[in-house]
Amino acid sequence: MAELGSFVLLLALALSGYSFVAGLAALIRKQPGSERLSETARRAGIASFGAVFLGAVVLVTAAFRNDFSIAYILHHSNRDLPLPYKFATLWSGQEGSLLFWSLLLSSYGLVLRLRHKTDERLFAHASVVIAGVQIFFLLLLNFAARPFAVMQGTLPPDGNGLNPLLQYPEMVIHPPMLYLGYVGFTVPFAFALGALAMKYPGERWIHITRRWTMVTWGFLTCGIFLGAHWAYSVLGWGGYWAWDPVENASLMPWLTGTAFLHSVMMQEKRGMLKTWNLWLVFSTFWLAILGTFLTRSGIISSVHAFAQSSIGDWFEWFLAINLAVFIFFFLKNRSHLSSEHKLESLISRESSFLFNNLLFVLACFTVLWGTWFPKLSEWVEDRKVTVGAPFYNKVAIPVALLLLLLTAVGPLLAWRKTSLESLKRNFLWPALGAISIGIAIVVFGVRPWKDVSYFYALVAAMLAALVTFTVISEFVRGGRVISRHTGQNIAASVVHLCHRNTRRYGGYIAHFGVALVFIGILGTPFNREAEKEMAFGDKLAIGPYTLLCRSYTQEENPNYRTDLAIIQVFRRGQQIDTLYPEGRFYTASQQQQHIPAIRSTLKEDLYVVYEGQNPETGRPIIKAHLNPLVSWIWIGLIVIVFGTIVALMPNAAPVRATAPASVAADVHVRPAPVGAGD
Amino acid sequence: MSAFHIPATRVRLLAVMLLGLLILLGAGGDSARVDRLGHQMMCVCGCNQILLECNHVGCSYSTRMRDELVAAVDRGETDNAVLQAFIQNYGTTVLTVPTNRGFNRIAWIMPYLALVLGITLVVFIVGMWRKRQLPVHATAASAIHSEELDRFREQARKETSL
Repeated sequence: MAELGSFVLLLALALSGYSFVAGLAALIRKQPGSERLSETARRAGIASFGAVFLGAVVLVTAAFRNDFSIAYILHHSNRDLPLPYKFATLWSGQEGSLLFWSLLLSSYGLVLRLRHKTDERLFAHASVVIAGVQIFFLLLLNFAARPFAVMQGTLPPDGNGLNPLLQYPEMVIHPPMLYLGYVGFTVPFAFALGALAMKYPGERWIHITRRWTMVTWGFLTCGIFLGAHWAYSVLGWGGYWAWDPVENASLMPWLTGTAFLHSVMMQEKRGMLKTWNLWLVFSTFWLAILGTFLTRSGIISSVHAFAQSSIGDWFEWFLAINLAVFIFFFLKNRSHLSSEHKLESLISRESSFLFNNLLFVLACFTVLWGTWFPKLSEWVEDRKVTVGAPFYNKVAIPVALLLLLLTAVGPLLAWRKTSLESLKRNFLWPALGAISIGIAIVVFGVRPWKDVSYFYALVAAMLAALVTFTVISEFVRGGRVISRHTGQNIAASVVHLCHRNTRRYGGYIAHFGVALVFIGILGTPFNREAEKEMAFGDKLAIGPYTLLCRSYTQEENPNYRTDLAIIQVFRRGQQIDTLYPEGRFYTASQQQQHIPAIRSTLKEDLYVVYEGQNPETGRPIIKAHLNPLVSWIWIGLIVIVFGTIVALMPNAAPVRATAPASVAADVHVRPAPVGAGD
Repeated sequence: MSAFHIPATRVRLLAVMLLGLLILLGAGGDSARVDRLGHQMMCVCGCNQILLECNHVGCSYSTRMRDELVAAVDRGETDNAVLQAFIQNYGTTVLTVPTNRGFNRIAWIMPYLALVLGITLVVFIVGMWRKRQLPVHATAASAIHSEELDRFREQARKETSL
């Protein structure tokens, strides 16, 4: 099997190499016959998908067959590993996850190459770029991180097993989502670089890549949130985001990608920010590769990182080559990127997008800076420092709150120019609503002057309310117009409205989801925790709950042994639930793992961890966390995904201007009404 | 004898209660200090978690570090002395954030500096764009071609569509 796997990866490298060289030659030569050469390059690209796919199938089959002659399978699987996790072996280690990267890239490449009729020349350019990136990953797989490396000598009877942290259902979904996001940004980058290289006229490449970008962004968003949910459900420290370098690595391309999703509208509608958008696309792709480099090189220590290896040097070269190629084409063809319109007012949708982009990029810079500062300090002062969560909380929260403010205000601004009066008219009721929420929060006992975290929570609540009210007012306003014209009730009119401009209203739904996520996060300063050694019948009080230790028990299966605490939960003297926090000991890897028990409500999560036994007293330790509002984060994600899906749907009835019989010579384009456009 | 005479036993009782309250308050203060200082330090086992949040089963570092922290606070050492002792024992990486001294100060300055520079840049760009003269196409005012009209319509549609 190992030979077959190695062969198909070598074949994939040869096919990608041909696709790149022949595709490039066809683009440069521009002679008769170059179309045929280009077609062979396209087909080689398609065939490379088949080879990489076969390689992945071979590796997964080896995992299912417990073929421990392959070193990767020996190190990441074992006989008693449940089948879904054997499948997840594909991305649970360094070499396998690089193969998975390559598989996803070749899948995206396959779709792109099959849809080449849309614009053959542009797609041929994009195909060459994708083939170039694919060559890099296949070089790694063939020479630096070989998934089919064979064990020498006597084989052990069983494998080392999968890391216990990864043996959780979400680990079967989270990494593919994250990778689909990371890898997917190669496609908009490929189109952007292709369009720049060929001086592609107009904004059509933006239209072509819009869906790619949104789908990719959706995957990355899901991947990040699923990772946070996994951390919350498995790591047992009661939180979901620790500003770990690997978490940061996933956040950085998300931030620039989100900035691009917004600023690209300025290019589509006003022909502005062409240079900026190119750089944003490039930065997003580059940061995705940088994130992969961070995770795999061991250059920055992280609990999530893969084992240290020498592939860091490969990534450094690849990052440098990418930067050089992009800068070369940018300098060569930058005259092609001049803006078509000028900015007419500071109070306009355009300037709100500018500030939105500034804040997203600033947030990205802050995360990048914090992630790399320990290394910088080591280089400059030869002294290591830690940049932990308190740093990011201090510098990133104000930026996030400003972004939330723009999320609320931006949709109320019209393209070109907004009068202060119309802004006041649209902003009044949402603002009053947000202020009322703020007053209510203070009345109910939050004292923002006591701690800066309470202040941030109050501001976040008010801004989340402002976003919500703004979104509602936009839906109601548009719904009323439809209702007046069609006679439908307001609910039906709102649905009709969404169908008429899916992108705009899908975006609003996503904004509402973001507000919900902020509501979930703002509960953090009010988290409480309690810990106690609990024997049978002992009680632990936390907030309104009393935990009663009923019993401890043990279970065993071939994969792990588990110590289980049976904890009854009481509220106001009434038993409301029974929780079973676990401590597992995995046989193959000889590692321990907590599995917390979580009682989740919209108001708060009761999060109970069985921390093991006190080595001195031998008594079990139970730790309980009371985390307010956490559920809203996951609900927010569902709303964001729903909004993204709505935005991806085609408009049901596009509004088209009908051509008048005659037009006066002095045609003026009427200024857009408030809130018009996306 | 004054009307406000309080029996000696009651005074003693009150004194004992006050002393108890002070001890309790002191204890509360100590636990708050432990909590505050424990959140300014990392567990050094490599888990990348804040000291008081490290929950590894049998983590040999966090338990020992917590005990050392409680002992130092019990001895009445100042916050600075406690942190310095931990830096001495475990290195500078034990602190959750870079100190606001020397080269490390740059860590704190840069994000804010970037914000100020960014806002200045955006305001500058906006100002420049507003002043910019876009190339005007030479077209006869009286004869607008249908292509141009289509372009105007498309632009208007994009900017005003629902």
